[in-house]
Amino acid sequence: MYAIIVGGGKIGYYLTRTLLDNGHEVLLIEKNEDRAHRLDEALGDVVVHGNGTDIRVLERSGITRADVMVAVTGFDEDNLVVCQVAKRKFGTRRVIARVNNPLNEDTFRMLGIDATVSSTRIIYNLLEEEVGSNTLVCLATLSRGRLEIIEVGLANDSPAAGKAVKELRLPIDCVLMSVLRGDEIIVPRGDTVLEGGDAIVALVRQGGQGALRAALGAS
Amino acid sequence: MHVIIIGCGRVGADLAATFEAEGNEVAVIEKDRLALTRLPEDFKGRTILGTGIDDEVLRRAGIETADAVVAVTNYDNTNVVAAQIAKEKYKVKNVLARIFDPKMQEIYGEFGLETVCPTKVTVKLIHDSISAKAAGKGA
Repeated sequence: MYAIIVGGGKIGYYLTRTLLDNGHEVLLIEKNEDRAHRLDEALGDVVVHGNGTDIRVLERSGITRADVMVAVTGFDEDNLVVCQVAKRKFGTRRVIARVNNPLNEDTFRMLGIDATVSSTRIIYNLLEEEVGSNTLVCLATLSRGRLEIIEVGLANDSPAAGKAVKELRLPIDCVLMSVLRGDEIIVPRGDTVLEGGDAIVALVRQGGQGALRAALGAS
Repeated sequence: MHVIIIGCGRVGADLAATFEAEGNEVAVIEKDRLALTRLPEDFKGRTILGTGIDDEVLRRAGIETADAVVAVTNYDNTNVVAAQIAKEKYKVKNVLARIFDPKMQEIYGEFGLETVCPTKVTVKLIHDSISAKAAGKGA
């Protein structure tokens, strides 16, 4: 596979290195002369000093025979233009753009670049997942929404883990209905001790979710 | 009409003043606060600090009701992307991008974008002027 990478920052550097290690042909285009020179020394003859959004530079880089174009500069407009030109002008089969500002993902899609990578988005999704083990899901609403049945996943580091139900500062209009622990279903009483990983199903009056969340240390 | 000018360099500032003097409603988007001082002191239009490829900035400039968008920052790629957003996403009818690089202008022209290339225009003017004088002298 022949890959052209535009942008020799950290991502461009490690990507080039990884592709080379896996036996691929790679060319890295970097705008800054000093940086291009240092990259060339570190990676061996695979770096071109030039502006990757300049058509002549792309042509000299053999874009017509490239299998993949990857644009990973710190500027979204540059990444978008590189990918548009590669795809529409030179017919590069696969183009991948880094999106620095996640709000621009929509714009990239709209302008024909479907394969985007946003590190902000990736890290955010991981955080969401992490937090997700400790969140609150509404299972059902009763009495036209005035009552809700809610499931709360208890994270291992939740302050409620290891505590007995009677020690929790639950809101007044709230009843813990059951604790799901693996395959076990526990109907909790005051002395039931909660554990990390428990899923707790509770009945709570509308508006009490915040207090329940706080009592269980969920976010 | 409502005109949005992206980039307040010499061209952007002068365009903004010209359109306003003709009675148009003008909004100027510029990321550098200092550059906005190029506008005439009595400029009444909106000025928005930010980049012309940012949806929120474009909306504050009134892109949803804009009749025309002109992208004249000093950076080709910003102009190309801003103009495409205006055209494709917000369906503005009258959109123009300034592109200094003649090669790039050719390509985006093929893609259907309305563009002006100052490099080509200048070359033609200078060439024609010099040639005309030379011809006049009978050289």
